[in-house]
Amino acid sequence: MKYLLILPLCLLAPPLAAQSTTPADLIANYAAEAGVAASAERGQALFTASHTGGKPDTPSCTTCHGADPRAGGLARTGKPIEPLAPSANPERLTDLKFVEKWFGRNCNSVLGRDCTSAEKADVIAWLASL
Amino acid sequence: MIKTPILAAAAMAFAGAAFADEMEYMPPVTHAATLEECSACHMAYPAGFLPPQSWKVMMATLDNHFGENAGLDEEMRVEIEKYLVANAGRDRSGDGAAPQRISDLPWFRHEHEEEVSKRQFEKAKSWANCTACHKKAEKGVFEDD
Repeated sequence: MKYLLILPLCLLAPPLAAQSTTPADLIANYAAEAGVAASAERGQALFTASHTGGKPDTPSCTTCHGADPRAGGLARTGKPIEPLAPSANPERLTDLKFVEKWFGRNCNSVLGRDCTSAEKADVIAWLASL
Repeated sequence: MIKTPILAAAAMAFAGAAFADEMEYMPPVTHAATLEECSACHMAYPAGFLPPQSWKVMMATLDNHFGENAGLDEEMRVEIEKYLVANAGRDRSGDGAAPQRISDLPWFRHEHEEEVSKRQFEKAKSWANCTACHKKAEKGVFEDD
């Protein structure tokens, strides 16, 4: 009988990947950390440029994510990557830990360093504008 | 009459050995964190495909994981390494080497060399993409399809 009481509570519980943030909050928080307003134009330029400071196999964000964040990308392993733009993929940019993990990995792969808060704000501003 | 079941058992054992030697079945990853983290960019490869020393080196060099940064926080990194090492395969080379790329291993090359057409490879994009051809790879089944 206890289980019958627990069931409705489970249905009310949030999905496994609990939403911890929103694109707007991320932009506001990173921009506040940076002390500079976010710029979608700068974000697009950073995302689409070819860089030389990182690892040779990943000169650009677009190497794996593709040039259009509303479309999916393809990892070098052949595995599809879901779109980055929240308009195409509402799960994106809703989990701060996930966002930080992948900026950490991918900025180091592509740029050879961490992204600054200003750069994160810019890229997210562009992704959210699409 | 008595011999028949013994022969049958022997035959089954032999078939099992052949099966294992061709790596057509390898227990899939069951550890939740390993499954989640290692399948972000590719299928979570069974720990048994590499010997323990390979996993130790791999988990110590995630900042350059086959040309990409795949860093984890330290707690997660240690937990996953522990699982992979505990479930690793035997050292088939016998020389203590720590090979990293499964697709460079002699048995892998032997199994794929004349099996995979150019068209199949172009579709898969990479040797990393087991499931492109082995539809049940995530269940540990790597039979020829």
